[in-house]
Amino acid sequence: MFDKILIANRGEIACRIIRTAKRMGIKTVAVYSDADADGKHVAMADEAVRLGPPPSAESYLLIDKIVDACRETGAQAVHPGFGFLSERAAFCEALEAAGIVFIGPGTKAIEAMGDKITSKKIAHDAGVSTVPGFMGTIEDADHAAKIAEEIGYPVMIKASAGGGGKGMRIANGPDELKDGVRSAMNEARSSFGDDRVFIEKFVTEPRHIEIQVLADKHGNAIHLGERECSIQRRHQKVIEEAPSPFIDAETRAAMGAQAVALAKQVDYVSAGTVEFIADANKNFYFIEMNTRLQVEHTLTELVTGLDLVEQMIRVAAGEKLPMTQDEVGMCGWAIEARVYAEDPYRGFLPSIGRLTRYDPPLDVDGIRVDDGVEEGSEISMFYDPMIAKLVAYGEDRNDAADRLADALNRYRIRGVGHNIPFLSATIAMERFRAGRLTTNFIAEEFPDGFSGADLDTYDRGAMLAVAVAFERANAERSLRISGQVANRGASDVGTIWTVREGRENTRVEIRPVEDGYDAVVEGQRYAVRGPLDATIAVFDGNVNGESFPVQIDRDGIYRTLSYGGLSQRVLVVPPRVAESLDKMPAKEAADTSKLLVSPMPGLLVSVAVGEGDQVKDGQEICVVEAMKMENVLRAERDGVVAKVHAGPGASLAVDQTIVEFE
Amino acid sequence: MQDIIHRLETMRDQARAGGGQRRVEAQHAKGKLSARERIDLLVDPGSFEEWDMFVEHRSTDFGMADQKIPGDGVVTGYGTVNGRLVFVFSQDFTVFGGSLSEAHAEKICKVMDQAMKVGAPVIGLNDSGGARIQEGVASLGGYAEVFQRNVLASGVVPQISMIMGPCAGGAVYSPAMTDFIFMVKDSSYMFVTGPDVVKTVTHETVTHEELGGAVTHTTRSGVADQAFDNDVEALLNLRRFIDFLPSSNREKPPVRPTADEADRPEMSLDSLVPANPNKPYDMKELILKVADEGDFFELQPNFAANIITGFARMQGSTVGIVANQPMVLAGCLDIESAKKAGRFVRFCDCFNIPIVTFVDVPGFLPGTAQEYGGIIKHGAKLLFAYAEATVPKVTVITRKAYGGAYDVMSSKHLRGDVNYAWPTAEIAVMGPKGAVEIIFRGDLGDDEKIEARTEEYRQRFANPFVAAGRGYLDDVIMPHNTRRRICRALAMLRDKQLENPWKKHDNIPL
Repeated sequence: MFDKILIANRGEIACRIIRTAKRMGIKTVAVYSDADADGKHVAMADEAVRLGPPPSAESYLLIDKIVDACRETGAQAVHPGFGFLSERAAFCEALEAAGIVFIGPGTKAIEAMGDKITSKKIAHDAGVSTVPGFMGTIEDADHAAKIAEEIGYPVMIKASAGGGGKGMRIANGPDELKDGVRSAMNEARSSFGDDRVFIEKFVTEPRHIEIQVLADKHGNAIHLGERECSIQRRHQKVIEEAPSPFIDAETRAAMGAQAVALAKQVDYVSAGTVEFIADANKNFYFIEMNTRLQVEHTLTELVTGLDLVEQMIRVAAGEKLPMTQDEVGMCGWAIEARVYAEDPYRGFLPSIGRLTRYDPPLDVDGIRVDDGVEEGSEISMFYDPMIAKLVAYGEDRNDAADRLADALNRYRIRGVGHNIPFLSATIAMERFRAGRLTTNFIAEEFPDGFSGADLDTYDRGAMLAVAVAFERANAERSLRISGQVANRGASDVGTIWTVREGRENTRVEIRPVEDGYDAVVEGQRYAVRGPLDATIAVFDGNVNGESFPVQIDRDGIYRTLSYGGLSQRVLVVPPRVAESLDKMPAKEAADTSKLLVSPMPGLLVSVAVGEGDQVKDGQEICVVEAMKMENVLRAERDGVVAKVHAGPGASLAVDQTIVEFE
Repeated sequence: MQDIIHRLETMRDQARAGGGQRRVEAQHAKGKLSARERIDLLVDPGSFEEWDMFVEHRSTDFGMADQKIPGDGVVTGYGTVNGRLVFVFSQDFTVFGGSLSEAHAEKICKVMDQAMKVGAPVIGLNDSGGARIQEGVASLGGYAEVFQRNVLASGVVPQISMIMGPCAGGAVYSPAMTDFIFMVKDSSYMFVTGPDVVKTVTHETVTHEELGGAVTHTTRSGVADQAFDNDVEALLNLRRFIDFLPSSNREKPPVRPTADEADRPEMSLDSLVPANPNKPYDMKELILKVADEGDFFELQPNFAANIITGFARMQGSTVGIVANQPMVLAGCLDIESAKKAGRFVRFCDCFNIPIVTFVDVPGFLPGTAQEYGGIIKHGAKLLFAYAEATVPKVTVITRKAYGGAYDVMSSKHLRGDVNYAWPTAEIAVMGPKGAVEIIFRGDLGDDEKIEARTEEYRQRFANPFVAAGRGYLDDVIMPHNTRRRICRALAMLRDKQLENPWKKHDNIPL
């Protein structure tokens, strides 16, 4: 076994690998860019080596520097995590040349599977079913159009070197194809330094099912069942689970056998994932093989009880697999939600900044939080916007989903936008609970984007009951202030309160009882029990005997209540105050319709219009890059450009004006 | 007897009706509440004791003898806010446009006089068209009576003005001399001369809102301390504000019980100050994490934002917070920020409110605008205010404390009681780069040498140890312990006694 390994990665996955290495008694070396000098993975590792400035190309992607770091520190092996250099054959070769073990598959498998066109041919040869498509590289938009006509729309454009949804586009017709090829190529170039793309038939009502394989250097290969990752937003996985609610034992065995056959075909070693797309009739087609640990490997770990990182390290050290296929056991259900730094209310645009508050739900039963940050950490624009993976394990699917819902309600992140409300809303949906998933789930369920969940009547009432109990408890506290006169008037601590959401009032009746408050909201009784003092951020008590973790943020006289995917700013006041508020005029928001503002902090890549230009609705105005993603900002209506406020290369703050219209 | 009671009720009804239903409706149509509705929202229900409901004006000119409404355009009296006594006058725009007559002024003076005697705040809800022109000089005399009382009450009881409608001409000078001015957005304005006169005299075309609206006074002039969206939110916030204030200069700040532990650690403060000394960070995060329950009532948030002022509580007891804000102008001191913070420090000192100062100041803002504007005297206001303050003063230097600005910001030399620094503190005459360019002027062409000298200077002075070695700092503390250390310091200082030499009054550089 190795004495010391280097982890060529950052963030949560680096932390996760270090944890296993520590448990195995292996010393760890972290590497970091200047942006991560105070990172959690640096603090956790036994040693740390600086690579360079923040951009990945000048730090985490520098093969030579990482090989040097191994030499300097005496690390005998390197775990690449995922992303960065994890699927670069050149990295394997460099390590091999330096006599350092790569904790992953061999160069051959990486090369064979790394190119999506080659990998399909190999899969086809190994007897794995594949999707119809064009196996060659696309030359340009015209070439793409010709091929698309041949295989028929809709088609999917994918980066040959891609992964994680980057450099991927769907086209339903020739116009979208033109746009898609261009942006896929651009994104592929900036993400992978390789702008080759290919085209394939796009399967409708598809589900994304993947098989985890594990192979050793002695010719043994097994599969560890499937994971379903159908809930994706723009090809970025959002919620994953294992097992899949769709797959039966027979299909599982068939998919597993094909996955193992493919692994054997390329002499695969270590952990890998064979991704399939499945249609409604349980036909499945090979998409690609990821020759690395997956983000969602946690699910397989929870249902099989294996530590995949440990297995990878053991295999790399030459050990045999600990079990045969027959000995693989699966038990329970696991669901993972990816917590991203993105603003769900602004079209999921990336959000950056300091985590002024960060309090993951570590105390919830059956919850695993894989993160690489702590309160005060900076979410920077240089890397992937994933903050954490929240994984729930339960006896069955419902149990796991309930635990995940509870954990999401308790997860407190402030300082950057995050998608927790969206995750909560998604797992609460009847369609999700029924397991009717496709990769179009989000597009179909949230066609107009996300603006907060609708709570059912009971939950909404419970949320308001907690809010009023909180307000009343604090009003009682305010009446214990020093310096009162003896004959003070009646207090404001009445039994009837009004919760005001925007201009809507809800009457809530509340009475103190020995250990809390009894409230009535729209005819429903709620017994609110638990601490309600002004220091609480999450209500840790219960409502009608059940945990009801609503988050309460205070901002002057306002409160923001967050629960189950709804975040609502309210005023909780006595009814006479609410009546007066009804008399107050509604204020109109400032007119910003004539401005194009940056929806996120980022870099202005290009501006496609000049002053005086006529623009049409939907026309590209400019491109803003943030978190390695290019975002095209388009005109929302026809108009004339009055002034261009920022030029290419400008660093943009959120809401900064880029273009003003007449 | 029955007759008298009947007459009493009739008069009361008349007074309560104000300017009548039509005018009250017009007031509502403007999004404004009536004078009495405002008082009802401000004080605890049922606590208001009204005075002088039957007072009427004594004017006879211009047919005024026939136009009398009991109360004469202002509702006065006292009540409680969370059980604590406050005196209130609320001008009634529905009665003679809220204009100030001699009798109207007398009513205001009466509550002010009584507030002084018993030691309770005076809250003015201003909504007045100005002087009662029909009364002429009697009305002017009335203003001056109020002004005189504003001045005598200054520093004795807190005086708060909430501008909820027009406030123009001489009328502005009463709020101007109170401790705090709040405004209601879109429905209030304040100016000495209105748009029409401005147009005639200077040929400038300007709207009421642009000239003296809430936005103008909270962002450009700094006249107002805060603005609120509407009457109701303004009054709810006023209640919240009064909970922070002592009732008079004879009392300590109020104490409100809290569940927030004095020794609550905040680990993330250890990473608040970025490694790069030129990178800003948000000082408000420190304030919110240190204060009880994260509850901070900020004053003038959008004016001179390079310094933060406002009230918070530590262990339930009010403190005044002054903090440089590195996010704005790098936290420099300039004319506006020195005036803003200087006035705030003096308020705290008047009313026995301990001052907690967070320092990250690279110096005074350079430039002709500042020098021609008189930064010398304006900057001295803050220096003077800190130096004369005898209340408990606790200071934490988080990063830069350079030059004269170091001295100003509640330093040990200005009788700072407890002065702490974070390990990231740099207390020096100036930044290393500037210092080296002066000391080693001869080496200026030689980048390598300059760099070495800069590093040498940084090593020597860009840390808290030189100042700590001289006792200018009492200790170097870990950021995550800041709340605990401040709470302990304030507890130690609870019975601090310090008096300045007797004088008629000081002569602060106005």
